[in-house]
Amino acid sequence: MTPASTSASRQLLPAVPLAVVFLAAFVLPLAALVAISLFRTPQFAELSLLQYLRFLSDPFSIKVLSDTLWLGAEVALATLVLSYPLALVYVASGPFMRTLITFLIMLPLLTSTVVRTFAWIVILGRDGIVNSAMLSLGLWQSPARLLYTWEGMVLALTQIQLPLMALPVINSLLRLDGNLTRAAEGLGASRVRIFLTVVLPLTLPGAIAGWLLVFAAAATAFITQTLVGGGRIILMPSYIYQQAVGVQDWPFAAALSLIFTLAVTGIVFAIGALSRRFVRGVDAA
Amino acid sequence: MQRSLIDRIYSTVIGAITCFGMLLLLAPTLVVLVISFTGGITLKFPPPSWSLRWYVELLQSREIVEPALTSLKVAAAATLLSAVLGGAAALGLARSRLKMARALDALFMSPMVLPAMAFGLSLLLVFNLLGIRLSAATLVLGHTIICVPFVIRMVGASVQQLNPVLITCSLSLGASRWYTFRRITLPLIRRGIVASCFVAFLTSFDNVPVSLFLADARTEVLPIKLWAILEGSLDVRVAAVSGVIVLVTLAGLVCAEIFGGVSRQIGKR
Repeated sequence: MTPASTSASRQLLPAVPLAVVFLAAFVLPLAALVAISLFRTPQFAELSLLQYLRFLSDPFSIKVLSDTLWLGAEVALATLVLSYPLALVYVASGPFMRTLITFLIMLPLLTSTVVRTFAWIVILGRDGIVNSAMLSLGLWQSPARLLYTWEGMVLALTQIQLPLMALPVINSLLRLDGNLTRAAEGLGASRVRIFLTVVLPLTLPGAIAGWLLVFAAAATAFITQTLVGGGRIILMPSYIYQQAVGVQDWPFAAALSLIFTLAVTGIVFAIGALSRRFVRGVDAA
Repeated sequence: MQRSLIDRIYSTVIGAITCFGMLLLLAPTLVVLVISFTGGITLKFPPPSWSLRWYVELLQSREIVEPALTSLKVAAAATLLSAVLGGAAALGLARSRLKMARALDALFMSPMVLPAMAFGLSLLLVFNLLGIRLSAATLVLGHTIICVPFVIRMVGASVQQLNPVLITCSLSLGASRWYTFRRITLPLIRRGIVASCFVAFLTSFDNVPVSLFLADARTEVLPIKLWAILEGSLDVRVAAVSGVIVLVTLAGLVCAEIFGGVSRQIGKR
């Protein structure tokens, strides 16, 4: 080795302890997870692809997976619709409003997931805010069931994951060259048209980045899914937990978590790659 | 005139959604704080009367206070470990152009991409296969892995902003490597370290997917305990715990903001 390359690799020495820890506590366990998923029985007898076939041939399992992915997509779309107006107002306002919006976005990001989920139990519960408001206004005759429903779960997850979408969208809008919108305005375009033809296409990479973050976060949000969705809505995280801890069928639980991981990261990477290939926004310029 | 009408509708819609969005962001935190002072025995909103009874009850509930202390200890240990190991790694990797450095960086960042439940399950399986009993130590190890990506990103960003000439200067003026690290490098990357410790602590304290598999009866942590309570019944004590967590986090944010400008660091993430 030349002296230059030795000193360059010596730079990496401080990373060695962490690399060792990662090999032992991250790479090795994941390798074991793959290995265990290839066993036929919970007693680790006989290698086979049985667990994967079991998943693919079981309509219930397939439905659990597709429901989970759909939940992620729905929540991500809802946060997107809320984030653009927030970001547009943020960019157009002065320092006070900007600080206020930043604070409001950081607030849920920093309070614990269980606390945020608990808040939604209070809001959606039988004696909760929505029900008492609707009853006292006389709009509803009797309390409606909002907790333990799909819609309630989507609403709660939308609020809980909103910061993950709002931050990248705001960052994208901040990087947008103000001269472009001013030029469009000077040429007589309406604000709707400016948004649709200038702002939206140029900030799309930020929106896609946020969409993917929220998608992955909402699909894997075990606490909110189980507490707001309730026991009757079974999604991948609780399915994996139930198979691993309840039934103790480790090979099947391992296969489930690998299938789930592949599905989520696969979608994230595929959409990420497609957007880098076809979408040119402020970030690419 | 027609165009200005459309524009007005557009502005109204944007304004209305923004107001709804801001309300949506704020409401749950407020709701939790308000309900924690209820004098009633249910989560009825608005509360029928006001009192501090649930905070008093919380202090007397050993089954909640103990998991909270465990969570604090585990989070402190995981933060320290990930800051030391991750900080050292970030110093080595941030300015290296070697292929090996990029590969290691990708490895250290991957816990962020991977659904954490798969990682939690895989740790449980490995500890079982190797006959390692679950303890606070195994929990800290799992949390450390989850916290490392934040340290790598935030400290790495600080290291990249550091002017390398300053270090060369110090060394050529005869300062030792350790002295240079202590007096030049460390003060200049302090903001990144403080911010990443803050985020790492919150990440560990709030972690569910790893703790779910690795916490046993002796090392029960707060989020899992609260989840278990809420699965069984809608216990108002959880409101008091939530109130405490919200207030402590806000206080922590103010402290971290003073020492390290955390909000800007997190915004950059």
